[in-house]
Amino acid sequence: MTYSIEVKNVSKSFGGVIANQNITINVPESRITGLIGPNGSGKTTLFNSIVGYHPIDQGSIKFRDQEISKKTVQQIARLGLLRTFQQTRIYGQINSIKNMLISVSHQNTKFIDMFKPYPVELTEKAEYFLEFVGLYKKRKLLSGDLSFGQQKLLEFAMALMNDPKVLLLDEPTAGINPTLINGLIDRLNRANTEFKITLFVIEHNMRVVMNLADNIYCLAHGELLAHGKPSDIQSNPRVIDAYLGAH
Amino acid sequence: MTFTKQEKIACVFLLILGVFGPILFPGYTFQIAVLWIMILFAQTWDLLGGQMGYNSLGNIFFFGVGMYICAITQIGLFYDVGIYTAAHGADTAQFSSDQYYIGIFSGLFFAAIGSAILSVFLGWAVFGLRGPYFAIGTLGVALSAGELIGAWEWVGGGGGIALPVFPGSGDAKSIFFYILCFLSATMTFLFLKWLYSTRFGLALNAIRDDEDKAESMGLHTLRYKTIAWAISAFFLGITGGLFGNMTGFIEPLEVAFPTITFGIFMVAMCLLGGKGTFWGPILGAVLFHFIKEATWIYFLGWQWIALGVIIILNIIFFQQGIMGYLQEKFPHWFGIEVEDKSLNQTNKVENSQ
Repeated sequence: MTYSIEVKNVSKSFGGVIANQNITINVPESRITGLIGPNGSGKTTLFNSIVGYHPIDQGSIKFRDQEISKKTVQQIARLGLLRTFQQTRIYGQINSIKNMLISVSHQNTKFIDMFKPYPVELTEKAEYFLEFVGLYKKRKLLSGDLSFGQQKLLEFAMALMNDPKVLLLDEPTAGINPTLINGLIDRLNRANTEFKITLFVIEHNMRVVMNLADNIYCLAHGELLAHGKPSDIQSNPRVIDAYLGAH
Repeated sequence: MTFTKQEKIACVFLLILGVFGPILFPGYTFQIAVLWIMILFAQTWDLLGGQMGYNSLGNIFFFGVGMYICAITQIGLFYDVGIYTAAHGADTAQFSSDQYYIGIFSGLFFAAIGSAILSVFLGWAVFGLRGPYFAIGTLGVALSAGELIGAWEWVGGGGGIALPVFPGSGDAKSIFFYILCFLSATMTFLFLKWLYSTRFGLALNAIRDDEDKAESMGLHTLRYKTIAWAISAFFLGITGGLFGNMTGFIEPLEVAFPTITFGIFMVAMCLLGGKGTFWGPILGAVLFHFIKEATWIYFLGWQWIALGVIIILNIIFFQQGIMGYLQEKFPHWFGIEVEDKSLNQTNKVENSQ
């Protein structure tokens, strides 16, 4: 099996707080991998380490066999490794179409491209993805006026617009209306199958992650606790302990 | 680059003012020329402050730098700058008409290029700062530049430089500089209008709305920021060169780096008109200049207090500025769609379920 992301023995601490200790994780290509763990277990820190938000203390992170632990956020993003945020981040004072257009991949842009207008095909592509997440009707509204759930969908659509190879999603269903969650699971699955995007998902909602991921990593207290198929994880006593606080 | 009907009307109005203003009111030629400079100030400030969300208090730095580069080029092409400034200028040196025109045009050219290049180096230093720190950092740059130039004897120090005298009558001089000011403002206007229609404009807005997000999407944020500042510096450099020659005498604190007058006016004009909108800074500049001149005439002695009151009221009660207010009230005028209120209600119900 080939791996998109290989995290090997990564540690990260903030002052005296050890957020990640000796973590080794492999994210297989074109699959959906889940990452679970109680609050404060270091999931988001691991995401931040992978996408280059802060330098790691030790270990190595490879993206498609290329070492990325020394690269900047922008360089990693341009390689096709994107993330979405737990606290949704969109460009609030421009409309959704513009949010989409500016999210086009900067991987192969030349200097002069900055001063060109957007071709019509890109607007069509933006509209296609907005339709895909169900925001087509609201595409011309200022995105700051959208509801939180809609902004979350927009952020997801923006990530798709970038044609990433791997997408790290930080709690994609948090704050989303429960009736819409099934639709979102379906879209995440389609992003994986139709658009061939490898997904690595932090998720608290067990129902979602069990339905979505084909293998799951569990963190607790900054260490890797378990890894396996959803069914194994669900019945793993250590995972249950961690979640119920017996640890 | 497209203009709506309202925009075309506004352009025609500005064009009429630009062409017929000095013909109809020859006594006000200098003031109308300064108005074009003010519009240029506001637009170049808004490029960073409004469109990109980086509130600079030190943009006046490039105005002063342009002024000095232009002056040094004008003199240095034909005389030794050190000797010229030591002798306090024009009484020992004569510039022929040809020398004058060659001097000023190459001076303006180098002022523009020099300011832009300097902004790139400065950008590396200050673009690590964000929010209020960027504002204070840039303010520091402008203030210290004034002091440094003041201590630099080769360029005349605090005593300043008397610039070459215009070879012609006073009227010819004011028309000559009027035309150059009008052209620079028009160039800036058209350039920015075009720039905002490209990907660049959208990238600036993205940086304004959420720079971290823009970085995480792979935008070359530092490149965009640096180029935006260089564009701003380019046009401010030209203006500096022009303004120095219009007044005829430059010195570091009051003329070249007037942080508390022009430096603050730039910001105040954008806030009054509505920062982050294309027409806001222009409208703000026209109104502000008009109010400023009126207070100088009718409230002499109280003019600074009157201006201060306007700025304070503006900031406390009217932060979004005139265009910002109109945009909120009548979004359809600006091609912004808003959700139907009734639709909004049903959505809220849906979301709360």
